[in-house]
Amino acid sequence: MRIRIGLGSCGIAAGGMKVWEAVKDEVEKRALKIDVQQTGCIGMCYQEPLLDVIEDGGEVYTYGHVTPERVMRIFDDHISKGQPVTEYLVGTSSRPNDFLSGQVRVALRNCGVIDPENIRDYRAGGGYSALRKAVTSMSPEQVIAEVKASGLRGRGGAGFPTWFKWQATRQAGGDTRYIICNADEGDPGAFMDRSVLEGDPHSVLEGMAIAGYAIGAEEGVIYVRAEYPLAIRRLEIAIGQAREEGMLGSNIFGSGFSFDIRIKQGAGAFVCGEETALIASLEGERGMPRLKPPYPAESGYWGKPTNINNVETYANIPWIISHGGKTFAAMGTEKSKGTKVFALAGKVKRGGLVEVPMGIPLRKVIFEMGGGIKNDRKFKAVQLGGPSGGCIPEHLLDTPVDYESIMATGAIMGSGGMVVMDDTTCMVDIARFFLDFTQKESCGKCVQCRIGTKRMLEILERIVNGKGREGDIELLEEIANLVKEGSLCGLGQSAPNPVLTTIRYFREEYEAHIRDHRCPAQQCRALITYRIDPERCRGCGSCARKCPVRCISGKKKEPHVINQSQCIKCGTCLETCPSRYKAVIVE
Amino acid sequence: MGCTCDDQQNLAQSLQNDTNTWTKLQDLLERFRGQRGSLVTVLQQVQDIYGYLPRPVMQHVAEVLRIKPAKVYGVATFYKQFRLTPMGKYVILLCQGTACHVNGSERLAEALCEELQISEGETTTDGLFTLSSAACLGCCSLAPVMMINGLAYGQLTPQKARQIVKELAEQEKGSLQEGGLQ
Repeated sequence: MRIRIGLGSCGIAAGGMKVWEAVKDEVEKRALKIDVQQTGCIGMCYQEPLLDVIEDGGEVYTYGHVTPERVMRIFDDHISKGQPVTEYLVGTSSRPNDFLSGQVRVALRNCGVIDPENIRDYRAGGGYSALRKAVTSMSPEQVIAEVKASGLRGRGGAGFPTWFKWQATRQAGGDTRYIICNADEGDPGAFMDRSVLEGDPHSVLEGMAIAGYAIGAEEGVIYVRAEYPLAIRRLEIAIGQAREEGMLGSNIFGSGFSFDIRIKQGAGAFVCGEETALIASLEGERGMPRLKPPYPAESGYWGKPTNINNVETYANIPWIISHGGKTFAAMGTEKSKGTKVFALAGKVKRGGLVEVPMGIPLRKVIFEMGGGIKNDRKFKAVQLGGPSGGCIPEHLLDTPVDYESIMATGAIMGSGGMVVMDDTTCMVDIARFFLDFTQKESCGKCVQCRIGTKRMLEILERIVNGKGREGDIELLEEIANLVKEGSLCGLGQSAPNPVLTTIRYFREEYEAHIRDHRCPAQQCRALITYRIDPERCRGCGSCARKCPVRCISGKKKEPHVINQSQCIKCGTCLETCPSRYKAVIVE
Repeated sequence: MGCTCDDQQNLAQSLQNDTNTWTKLQDLLERFRGQRGSLVTVLQQVQDIYGYLPRPVMQHVAEVLRIKPAKVYGVATFYKQFRLTPMGKYVILLCQGTACHVNGSERLAEALCEELQISEGETTTDGLFTLSSAACLGCCSLAPVMMINGLAYGQLTPQKARQIVKELAEQEKGSLQEGGLQ
């Protein structure tokens, strides 16, 4: 019997370390001979912390929301008596739950399964055999042909064919070439790269080494966000182990091919996810994009041919080399092959990472795997592609997830963040939120992006503050088009997308704000009032005690009143009013 | 505002007098001397030593690495990670991601600002807490989230966030008193 505990950043945040210690204590106290192993995130973030009991026959029992107390029960019943504790069980390997059953795991194949800090675990599951196969039995051209056959397209957002970049870099002149892994996962709402780095770092290293072989590079750099400290630590451990075992370094598998990888930490600039900005940052400069061409494939890091792919793209490579490009291409749609990882979050019941074949409808991901909307509220929109993406409304929920179909809605596939919104989310506020983000993150090089996003933000701010004017919507659209046309890089070119898609699909919400001074989702503070219903209020006084500005008054056991001129609309009264009274009304 | 040259010189002198950090700084610069493209990494490690980037140190980095001071300053102000003023012992990173936003992260920020009596980007007068924000911490399923010194806290409410900060402050008080007894 073995025990496995999910210790990704999210597992740790949910209390995974306490579970880990409790399990270690129990094993010691009961003098059991049980392997206790850490693993990365299996993607069921809504059930964290997670604990797996793996029976000798191979059956895996997954327990969710594990606490030190639950650990005791699991030891008493399951470990000692062989009786699984059904009330904590979220699924077993032979009967997976709805969240996992529809998934096809390629990039996430090892996440939540292996110990990411142990290279033997990775190798036991066939790890580094793809690299061996590539460097000992394939020519670089054959490797590129295999990737071409797979139809793999960049998973970072733009969806550029991976083989094409590889070939262009290989064919560029000179003898020094570089491989870069873009792990600057900056889109708010996307965390698949973090999960892969924390849960299966070797798959990325192996993918990079294979790319290095195909392209003719000897050096690889991983540019990773400083906000992911655990991912950086696990990458460092993985690189050390790979060097010790000869998977990195000189003369790999006796083939004469040499390749090594180092880590460079980002310093917190969203724009550095853009490849030319990333290269500038690697070179120690301010991370500002430059005009393309020349593309990095011709002139990249230190002016040398450079291939840049993101984490998920590299993680797919070893699988493709082992199973063959055709097997990968058999999944997905005609133009979007294989699988894609999505980060499901927001107002959805079961949030986490799902990897599905391209082409399945959005509805299936949100309602079948994600289990629908929290508190059974009404679905309003799903935001895809982060600040460069857009909001997709309910009537387009049957859109298949592939690059072209998503693009046709006005959103983009992006890195795969999927933030679900319900009827309490104000779409104008969401547009403002994203513009606030891109405006702050604009590097300032292009005037249209630097000033245009600022002006758009100002207009959106006045709309949510109830000071919108007739013509504001049209003005937003006009500036949006200027920003799109006048910006050098993807950040500026796509920054207006959240505004344009919300105007396209939720124009009536904008109009309600501007014309009726009303926020249909009751989120914009300037446009709502909190009032106490005298019929329902019993004068318990709990709201008055909690009110941060002390603007609620009333005698004990008599209806209370909110002084509107002092109210800051924080909503504390609404939250504290006991549910049996429900006396606070929002209008 | 008057001239700050004297202040900077005094600061420079006191930084040099702290032999512990000054030696670390010299070792660091020695390791990176002549390595092109290392400015971001150097500044990150300088920040690890001092907790922020003191201006005289940036000047020194520029001299040793033979980079123009303006460029060092330009890089230091471009990236969000770099801070030009001292940070608190605990750096609270409030996640500003989409999932956190739709799950009420703004109210967390308000609660923390009130609890700590500072605005975002500031440090408490006792030097204990700095309130900062991050674009996205990537723990979206646990939204809203904050991270304190590398450790993420999820599914927060304004009350829970206040509680966590209070506990850390208490802990600090406790350890100070213990230290006082010895």
